[in-house]
Formats: sequence, structure tokens, C-alpha cells
Amino acid sequence: MSAAAASGLSGLSRVPGIRTHGGAVALSLPTVVFLLVLFAIPVLRLMLLSVESGSLAPYEKAFTDELYLGVLFNTFKIALFVTAVSFLLAYPVAYFLTVATPVWRMIGMFCLLMPFWTSILVRTYAWMVILGRRGIVSEALLALGITDAPFSMLHNMPAVMIGMVHVLMPYMVFPVYAVMQRVDPNVMQAAFGLGAPAWRAFFRVYFPLTLPGVLSGATLVFILSMGFFITPALLGGGKVMMIAMLIETYVHEFLDWEFSGALSVALLTFTLVIYALFKRIMKAEQNWS
Amino acid sequence: MSTERPRKNAWPRRLLTIYCSAVFFFLMLPLLVVFPLSFSSASYLQFPPPGFSWQWYERYLETPAWIDATIVSLKVALGTTVLATLLGTMTAFSLVRGKYPGRAWVDRLVAAPIIVPNIVIAVAIYGLFAKMHLIGNWFGVMIGHTVYAIPFVVLVVGASLRTFDVAQEQAAMGLGASRLRAVWRVTLPQIKPAIVSAAFLAFITSFDELIIALFLSGSNMTLPKKMFENIISEIDPTISAVSVLQIILVGVVLALSARLGSGISPIKS
Repeated sequence: MSAAAASGLSGLSRVPGIRTHGGAVALSLPTVVFLLVLFAIPVLRLMLLSVESGSLAPYEKAFTDELYLGVLFNTFKIALFVTAVSFLLAYPVAYFLTVATPVWRMIGMFCLLMPFWTSILVRTYAWMVILGRRGIVSEALLALGITDAPFSMLHNMPAVMIGMVHVLMPYMVFPVYAVMQRVDPNVMQAAFGLGAPAWRAFFRVYFPLTLPGVLSGATLVFILSMGFFITPALLGGGKVMMIAMLIETYVHEFLDWEFSGALSVALLTFTLVIYALFKRIMKAEQNWS
Repeated sequence: MSTERPRKNAWPRRLLTIYCSAVFFFLMLPLLVVFPLSFSSASYLQFPPPGFSWQWYERYLETPAWIDATIVSLKVALGTTVLATLLGTMTAFSLVRGKYPGRAWVDRLVAAPIIVPNIVIAVAIYGLFAKMHLIGNWFGVMIGHTVYAIPFVVLVVGASLRTFDVAQEQAAMGLGASRLRAVWRVTLPQIKPAIVSAAFLAFITSFDELIIALFLSGSNMTLPKKMFENIISEIDPTISAVSVLQIILVGVVLALSARLGSGISPIKS
């Protein structure tokens, strides 16, 4: 028995996570080196390139030139709008999935997940087919005699927003749905029992309880919107500029690393600020409850 | 249901159903368009298609540029899967089990590629690879995709590892197994579904990715890049056929993952 006990003890001393061990460090080392060399350092270098000349000229250009300022403002506007519309579409859907019959829930999940897993490129292409000059909407209105010439609904702000909401709205549904599933039904019953009308029970009890999910979803959608490239590039047709497209143009066409570096710093900073704000709010919420 | 107040009036519920059905229709609309279009007998984009034909699928199979792009994409995606799954699983172990100074920083570094916008990652790696003459090389794209896929693998495998009862591993070691053997024979088989799912997730992430490929793949295009260039230059129904094939491939991968792995679900419950 003593041998078994000894090996048991030595086993105990090797209990994972109890003592500091080199093994754990060694396990993460390849990834750390990989990400440092191929991700962190290149991103830092890109950021440094923007100030390489020793002046803040690229930033001055980005934040004072009306053209670029317009793109930054546009990016914010689109991100804000896409987030708001996604919320309006996603919240009722998440609620519907929470209370629906199993058959409806299955249908809803299918309609949500099927496009979610389809590549953004494929979906954007489909929107071009739907909204284009020879597209479905145009042809349908033509056939109905509502218009007398084919027209395109592409290359404008609404087209970009339709495409982006389509891609990003599921990112709002998932966290909201996850939170709604955890809401204790008794809480609502209590509100009703105390005489609250349905709308009041919803706004004063249910909605605040689901707010963390809404915040997660909104942060995710907003952050992803700000860096969006494919959808605005294709559905905007050059008429709707977002910051990611500007970065792409300046790298690919003008090989202007200073300016693209500055734009990347701006985009990254906005993203991190939003993310930090979100973390802060969530922490406050946790401490409070 | 139980969160609802017992009502005489069914209209709110009915309105909700109508509203959500409209949203579901909006979500499905692009897919409902792409499928019929890919079987169109028209020689240009026309909806609804005047008749049925396989011509766009034939066009895809007969065009070397499309096939080449598909092969590049598969190579890149498979490479990414292997590399990201290996690195990600090791890191998940280290982060869940290890207690060492700097662990929080490793955690942050690994999660960062999710938060940093894709375009910034793409441009940064492009700057590095352009100097090393790695543009247009399939493994350059693979490395870029791996950076992007590692966090997903760590998330999926890490979540599974956290629910795993360490006592089982301790029992094996108490019975004389070495740590490596205990992990290999006891822990790994139990978290295998999560690793398989993570691998499939890495595959899909890479196979669908455009922005990094746009910068790094050069003339050695991946399928999404080839599609992107085609959409810009000429919209023809071949892309519909490619799209349908891509949807089917992703569907197969998801089905396999549900069967062999723990499934890939964006919903935490």
C-alpha cells in the first residue's frame, strides 16, 4: 500500500493547476511566438509606420481633411444605424424563439443559422441580384407596371445597410436569446400578480433583465460594422465609403503605408474604446446585482 | 408561454409571429434567390429563370481558373485546420490548467485577433509578407488564416476543458500513469468532440475568409477572392453555381461536426 500511497502523493503534487509548472508555459509558447511574430508585432509596426516620418501629418490628414473626416463620420453613422436596426429585428426574434412552440423554434433557428453559415460574399452577391438593374425588385415592379424602365437600387446607403443588417443581425439574436432563456418566468408572473399591465411588466422587469444580452449583441454588431469591407465595397459600388475600404485603397492602390497606418490606428482605437466601454458597463452591472 | 400573462387577446402574439416571419423571410431571401439562379437556362442574369439547366455548374467545372481557386482554398483551409487546431488546443490546455505569471497576457494575446478588425490584421500581415516575398503563396494565406482561427479553437476547446473533471486525470495519475499518458488516454478522448468541432470551425473560417486572402493570395487566388473579382468585373450566374456548391460544402462540414463533434453552435445556452 505504501507504494500506491507514494505514487498517489506524487500524483497529487502534480495536480493540474496547483503548482506553477513549466509544462503549461511550454504548451502556450508556440502559439505565443506565432501570434507575436505574425500578428502583434506586424500590427504594432503598422501603427508605428503612421508616425515614422516623425510628424503627425497622416493623422492631421485623416482628421481635418473633409473627405476623410466624412468617411470616418459615415462609418460611425452606418455602424450606429446597423446596430439599431439589428436590435429592432433581433429582439422580437429572440423573444419569439424563447416562447415559440418547438416547431416554430426549429423553423426560426433554421432561418437564422442557414444564412449565418453561408459566406458573406455569397449573400452579398445575392443582394446584388435582388436589388440590381436586372434584379428581382426592378423586374417585379416593371412587370406590375409600377415603373416603366428598369432601375437599380444598388450603390447607395440603403443597399449597404440592408446587406450589413442581413449579415450582422444574427450576432444580436444569439446573445439576447441566451439571456432570455435564463430569465426566470416567475419574475414576470410576480409583476403580473402585483397588477402590472403587460407593457409595464415588459419595460420595467423583462427588458432590464435582458439588457446584458442586448449590450453584448450591440457591442459585437457595432465593432464588426465599423471594420466592414465586403458588403459596402460591393453594394456601395464606390459611392459609399467606409474606413476599411479607405485602408484597402491606400495600401493596394497608393502604397501609402503612413496614411493606411494612421487609419488603422483610428479604426483600432475606436474598436478598443467601444470594447472597453462595454467591459466597464458589464462589470458595473455585475457589481450591482 | 410561462412568461406571458394569460390573455383574452391573442393579437400581440399573432403580430409577433407575423413580424418574425417577415424577418425570417428577409434572412432567407438571398438563399432563395441563389439556388434557382444557379440552375438558370438563361445566358445572363434573369430572375425568375426561364428554364432549368446545368450550364453554370458545367461552366464552373470546365473553367480552370475556378478549379484552381477551389484547390488553393481547400489547401489553405486544410492547412489552417491542422495548424490552428494543434496550436489552439495546446493553448487551451495551458490557459485552463496553468497558473503562471503572464497567463492573463497570453489570454489577451490569444483573444486579440477576434477584436482587432480583419482589415487591420490583413494589412499588417501584408506589410510583413510583402518584404518576405510571401504574397501569392498559399501558405502565406494559411498563416494569416491561422492567426484568425486560433481564438475560435481556444474558445471551443477551452470551454470543454473547463467542464472536464480534473479528478479523473488525477485518478489516472494516482494509479501510476504519467501526466502525458493520463491526458492522452483520459482527458483527450473526452474532449475530442470539442476538438473536432473546433477543427471544423477553423476550416469554415478559412474557407469563407476573403479579406486576408484579398491581400495575401496575389494571383494565386482563393475561391472567395476569385468570386470577389468576378462579382466586380462581371456578374454571371456561374457565381450562383459556385455559391450553391459552397453552401453545400459548409452544410456538409456542419453536419459532420454535429455528428462527429459537439456541434458548432453560435448559441450559448
